[in-house]
Amino acid sequence: MATFRIKRYNPEKQAESYYEEFELDIKHGMTLLDCMNEIKWTLDGSFTYRMSCRSAICGSCAVKANGHSLLACQRQGAHLVKDDDTIVLEPLGNMKPIKDLAVDFKPFWDKIDKINPYLQPNEKAPKEERKQSPEQFRLIDDSSTCIMCGACYSDCNVLEVDDNFLGPAALAKAQRFVQDSRDGKTLERVRDLSKPGGIWDCTHCAECVERCPKPAQPFHRIKEIMTVALDQGVTNNNGARHALSFTKSVKSSGSLNENIIPVESVGIFNIKGLFDLLPVGLRMFFKGKNPPIFHKSIDDVEDVKRIYMELDE
Amino acid sequence: MIKHDVVIVGSGLAGMRAALEVCKDLDVAVLSKVYPTRSHSGAAQGGIAASLGNSEPDSWEEHFYDTVKGGDFLNDQDAVEEFVKAAPSVIYELEHLGCVFSRTPNGKIAQRSFGGHSKPRACFSADRTGHAILHALHEQLLKSAKSVKIYSEWYMHSLILDGDRCNGIVVSDIRTGAVEVMQARAVIFATGGYGRVFNITSNAFAGTADGVMSAYRAGIPIEDAEFVQYHPSGLYRQGILFSEAARGEGGYLLNGKGERFMEKYAPSRMELAPRDIVARAEQSEMDAGRGVDGKDIIHLDLRHLGKARIMERLPQIRQLGIDFIGVDCITDPLPIQPTAHYSMGGIPVDKFGQVISDAEGTPVKGFFAAGECACVSVHGANRLGTNSLLDAVVFGERAGKVALEYAKTVGHAPVNESHEKTKVLELFEEIFQQDGGECYNDIRNEMKTIMTENCGVFRDADRLKVCIETIQNLRQRYKKGKVTDKGKVFNTEVYEIIELGNMLGMAEVIATAALARNESRGGHHRTDFPKRDDQNFLKHSLVYLTDDGMEIKYKPVVITKHQPAERTY
Repeated sequence: MATFRIKRYNPEKQAESYYEEFELDIKHGMTLLDCMNEIKWTLDGSFTYRMSCRSAICGSCAVKANGHSLLACQRQGAHLVKDDDTIVLEPLGNMKPIKDLAVDFKPFWDKIDKINPYLQPNEKAPKEERKQSPEQFRLIDDSSTCIMCGACYSDCNVLEVDDNFLGPAALAKAQRFVQDSRDGKTLERVRDLSKPGGIWDCTHCAECVERCPKPAQPFHRIKEIMTVALDQGVTNNNGARHALSFTKSVKSSGSLNENIIPVESVGIFNIKGLFDLLPVGLRMFFKGKNPPIFHKSIDDVEDVKRIYMELDE
Repeated sequence: MIKHDVVIVGSGLAGMRAALEVCKDLDVAVLSKVYPTRSHSGAAQGGIAASLGNSEPDSWEEHFYDTVKGGDFLNDQDAVEEFVKAAPSVIYELEHLGCVFSRTPNGKIAQRSFGGHSKPRACFSADRTGHAILHALHEQLLKSAKSVKIYSEWYMHSLILDGDRCNGIVVSDIRTGAVEVMQARAVIFATGGYGRVFNITSNAFAGTADGVMSAYRAGIPIEDAEFVQYHPSGLYRQGILFSEAARGEGGYLLNGKGERFMEKYAPSRMELAPRDIVARAEQSEMDAGRGVDGKDIIHLDLRHLGKARIMERLPQIRQLGIDFIGVDCITDPLPIQPTAHYSMGGIPVDKFGQVISDAEGTPVKGFFAAGECACVSVHGANRLGTNSLLDAVVFGERAGKVALEYAKTVGHAPVNESHEKTKVLELFEEIFQQDGGECYNDIRNEMKTIMTENCGVFRDADRLKVCIETIQNLRQRYKKGKVTDKGKVFNTEVYEIIELGNMLGMAEVIATAALARNESRGGHHRTDFPKRDDQNFLKHSLVYLTDDGMEIKYKPVVITKHQPAERTY
């Protein structure tokens, strides 16, 4: 017997959510979704969540189990039982619950909309198919597996503090067009994606890679867009400058020059940006936390340079 | 009252493709009980057929004959001809819209072999072709957002017919429970199939016959309901799909003795015979006690394909095996069994998607249908793999076109809003007020079990009679259930009850049509009439709902080029 501790919410009955426990015998082979259905169909018909395909392709049944988002149909119930014989079920994060585990996906779809999520070719279509090599197909193979389940969006640490961030799903969707050999708006796309709320606002925590139930793995796709943006010369923004300064510092000294990186990130001719840095710098100075004025290279800096050389080749 | 020029119910491939046509000139609403990208078209894995000839020379004539032979000669051949001729341009168009396809070394759309097709004709995107097309069409809908309004998580209850003309639908918002009338100049149904009436099925929870049954209740017949396709490779017990592409890529089927038993049933095509034949072969092996470990299990063996090919061509299938049954197909065979998969029958339409109400082809003005919910019939008694995605796109486009042309010529007809609304409000009230001792879950389980056991791969008169009796009894018990959730907000329980009502009706139609067809053809196999009988049954069935119960009529098959011949593989 396992105890399902489920976060319940029904705005028609009471304004606050609460937890309710259900006991269920998880039979061999039951997915988490099977367990949820068993609870709904035999214990409490009002238990509410979304579901449809049962085969991890429609993206309806993402929920939080034991604090992390996952697809309920894709996981064996027995594998999720904790040491204390419980499974905790909650609605996805970063979206508002409508009832029990069903949340409002509107902000999620609004952000998908923002990335111009459709092919924008430059040339007129030929009579037959546009050519695309297997290698070119492979560049968009993973991102095109996204099922829009919202698991990444739910557990994204940036979205928790910044509503403006496009979020992992929309950015993975963007990569699918940025790197599609048939698309003609690569430069425009990476310019847009380099603005605040875009790729450079990702904090690289890779939580979305952990949560993604498919090979779409948004953080990897975000890195790919960053690479394209830099290759296309879209560097006139804090994020790109930060990345470049970071690389330069490690290449020349083997470590980070923390005096220079903030300055180069905002841009050395960006007077206002530099002034904005001053209060932080001064506070650090007075607390004795400023890095040494003269940045020293590490002893094995030549090894680091060799790594860069090999990578450049 | 909500008003649109054209309303489309269902947002899978057929619905979205239709919407892209209509929105060129008129305002269109797409209504779905799930969000559009959750539609079940997305679960299609293996491919979409077209005689592009990208890996071997191919022609529409061969695609034509394969489809007709696969359908056991019940297909309407005039429609099939247009269907297969349209295929290449439809695929190119999807590609131009941005759909992601796997490629040949020279950059063309890659094609693989599939059951019943004599040439490698399945265009694919790894093993998630439906998903790739669904998302490509969804992208185009977002692009056309100005003229397309999406009502996601809305439920369609009934069709508003005035004589021979359709004037709209009655719907409700699942999220708020609000019932509304949607007035429209034209309505297109793209509501999918009804595999959920079976216990072992590959279908999503959404496949509950809502569209087909609301047409039926409005007096429109259901064509060829007895023809249900059982897919040979459903995951043991769960029924979810392992694509035929696994066999297209070279996978073997093995019985409990480790024999490739298909050589007894279809020596020339082996595992790539049409689905009805493979499913029957599997069932025969299992019934003879040659299932794996004596259970209802057949092995799908991919080990000899090697890791590289599996990872490139069948990655999703491998993951499904690992997640759902703990089997990695690179090292072990997958346990499978036949699973209810596709409805060849549905709402009768002409080859343009215009719904017709009788054997003479009398149109129901302003009412169109496409995709699995419709019966053109291009699939006849058994659909070939990869022809369903093609059906949805080809006839989705056509239905959209004719609905657009029609809607441009007529205005909105008056609708008695309060009358239509009251009928649906009363339905809700009835469910909320019921206070009986029956459990809906038991009724649903008993329906699914009897349908799989008595109306499955093999059927006979005795078992079908028991099946019909059981369903009728369940329909009585259904009236004595009790609902727990009486709220308005996102009440999924009450919608499941309404869906169950639709499924019970559909189950009875399927079994009744199956009992009346005293022959074996395609997906319908009667052990008491094991031969095809062209003399008496080379015709489509039409089941009507009348005041005195069900009435079955028939409609001739359109035969143009290929006279019925013996069907061997």
